Amino acid sequence: MDQFTLNLIVIGLSFALYFGIAFWARAASTSEFYAAGQGVGPVVNGMATAADWMSAASFISMAGLIAFGGYNNSVFLMGWTGGYVLLALLLAPYLRKFGKFTVPEFVGDRFYSTSARMVAVICLLVISITYVIGQMVGVGVTFARFLEVSTTTGLLIGSAVVFAYAVFGGMKGITYTQVAQYVVLIIAYTIPAIFISLQLTGSFLPQLGLIGGYAPSGGDVAFLEKLDSVVTELGFAAYTADTPNMLNMFLVTMSLMIGTAGLPHVIIRFFTVPKVSDARSSAGWALVFIALLYTVAPAVGSMARLNITTTFWPGAVTGSAFSAPAVSLADIQSNPELSWVNNWQKTGLLAYSDLNGDGLIQYVSEPAAITAANKAIADAQAAHDAAADADKPALLQAVTDATAARDALLAETKVGKAEDSPTYAELGLVGNELTTVNNDIMVLANPEIAKLPGWVIALVAAGGLAAALSTAAGLLLAISSAISHDLIKGALKPDISEKGELLAARISMAFAIVLATWLGLDPPGFAAQVVALAFGLAAATIFPVLMMGIFSTKVTKEGAIAGMLVGLISTAVYIFLFLGWFFIPGTNVYPNTPDAHFFGISPAAFGPIGALLNFAVAYIVSSMTKAPPQDVQDLIQSIRVPKGAGAAQAH
Amino acid sequence: MADKTSSNAYWAANIRVITVSMVVWFVCSFGLGIILRPALSGIHIGGADIGFWFAQNGAIYVFLVLIFAYAAKMNKLDKEHGVEE
Repeated sequence: MDQFTLNLIVIGLSFALYFGIAFWARAASTSEFYAAGQGVGPVVNGMATAADWMSAASFISMAGLIAFGGYNNSVFLMGWTGGYVLLALLLAPYLRKFGKFTVPEFVGDRFYSTSARMVAVICLLVISITYVIGQMVGVGVTFARFLEVSTTTGLLIGSAVVFAYAVFGGMKGITYTQVAQYVVLIIAYTIPAIFISLQLTGSFLPQLGLIGGYAPSGGDVAFLEKLDSVVTELGFAAYTADTPNMLNMFLVTMSLMIGTAGLPHVIIRFFTVPKVSDARSSAGWALVFIALLYTVAPAVGSMARLNITTTFWPGAVTGSAFSAPAVSLADIQSNPELSWVNNWQKTGLLAYSDLNGDGLIQYVSEPAAITAANKAIADAQAAHDAAADADKPALLQAVTDATAARDALLAETKVGKAEDSPTYAELGLVGNELTTVNNDIMVLANPEIAKLPGWVIALVAAGGLAAALSTAAGLLLAISSAISHDLIKGALKPDISEKGELLAARISMAFAIVLATWLGLDPPGFAAQVVALAFGLAAATIFPVLMMGIFSTKVTKEGAIAGMLVGLISTAVYIFLFLGWFFIPGTNVYPNTPDAHFFGISPAAFGPIGALLNFAVAYIVSSMTKAPPQDVQDLIQSIRVPKGAGAAQAH
Repeated sequence: MADKTSSNAYWAANIRVITVSMVVWFVCSFGLGIILRPALSGIHIGGADIGFWFAQNGAIYVFLVLIFAYAAKMNKLDKEHGVEE
């Protein structure tokens, strides 16, 4: 059976499972649609939260980001897990005690103002819609890759699948589907990791393999030391190298943590458990299930990085990279163990080119000066080819000069970082010949690189789809409940019947899916940048307003509204200054480079500063306005004690 | 709602537990994983220096223990102050 058929079978079986669950658990009331009837146990809710939380980015891209970013990209590992501590300690139990369905509803009641609720709806929609775009792109790309269809077709299939189970199932259907999706994705992630850890370190647990010895050279050398020495020999930064900017690393981690705690689609998952104490422990269970993937991710990233490097430099398996010739073109074409190179080249995630014509593919880190020198030759050659005959001799001289300048550079540039590293000229190189290595290949091609059987590859396909679909469904629910519950029932048509609201919730979800699909077809800017915006805004708007609502009795409606607006606008403006207004390319005021950033703070790191501005403005404005009324004081006292949680209050 | 004095004492105890937990949360991630890494580079856990290990694995384990310890402590406090569900 070929790989494609195997992929189809495994993916088809997983979908049949999701549809079956969604039909069995379809929602019959608004309480079931918004909060699964508040009858989900803490462990099950933890598992659903983990699937909801871990998106295509976590499953497919994160290990690759860590593989190539090394220690510096630990921000994702700490940031995307530490937020659960904030959720468990600062938000989840109190919001569960409050006992209603949406985040804006809490803001509206605590700050006794429909305007505050509407500002929260705006923040929620901006956050969730920017986030869902990234997920729909992920769905499209994943379907396209494994079903061998175009990205557009992939996106449309994915939308139809989400539509089928989210619109009918609501939170109840989504919750139980997410449990199944979690099981699929965690098996798909850990099985290849265990095999690779065994191959490279002899350790069954990838977490121990990461800090273990490197098996192929006898286990005396630490795996991380081996990885560092191989990549630095080729001119890359060491995997464990320290961060160039500690302040920025600190702020990005903080932004991801408080952003996680402020993401509406994660917060509403804690409305589904029966008791306040369940909300506390459920955050812990969510982190248990998330940690199963997140503690494995650095092992997957670092081990896949070493595997892909030693594939191209076979000598590096036991000795120096240059102790044996690089992998040959002939080998790539004929050796079945290397067939994955050409398979993934077709997808554009991997590309190679024998620049120096020696029949070997040398993978090195190419300094910018050499890239520029090679481009100068190509430009001079192009000018020569296009010129009239009379001008050719002069232009030919320019080509010769550019080549001489490049060759001088090759003679003096060392490939690696060490003193005794050979120069480009000594190795006969003119540049890096593995011209594209996409981050995502670290997870997607991992089973093939490690020579694992076909069913593991099919499982990874199903896992990637499960991760993307579960997050998209959770986000769509957050969007639809903000529209039907906060906008329609809360402001536009308060006397709507329960049946009417349930219908409105389903229609707004269908509408949200169509919008998300349309934006996914033509995403504004880069998906990763858009996700940075979602975290920054969640950190600067939703998290501070919820925290002040619970922990302060003094913050007034005027303070909360002013704080949210300042957080929203300052964070959005800082991001747009570097990435372009509304992500339209070319409209950025400053280049997005570390030198141009204010105090070295990247756009992704601005969230905590937006949050501080939010807190400061809210306190100043509150001190100048009339204190919250007595019934709000009573509400604050009531959410602070678990007693009397019960079911959602009718209202 | 519980009577005022009891719920004030409960809330003060809750704030103390949260403060201690947040200190642990900060030290294991931002402290050991980022700020103190250069200073502690001589200490190793297996093949990794301690700062690197906390940043890529250790902080997550501490977060886990922290949440369950907090949940257990709060369940106890709920009972002591008579505010459990």
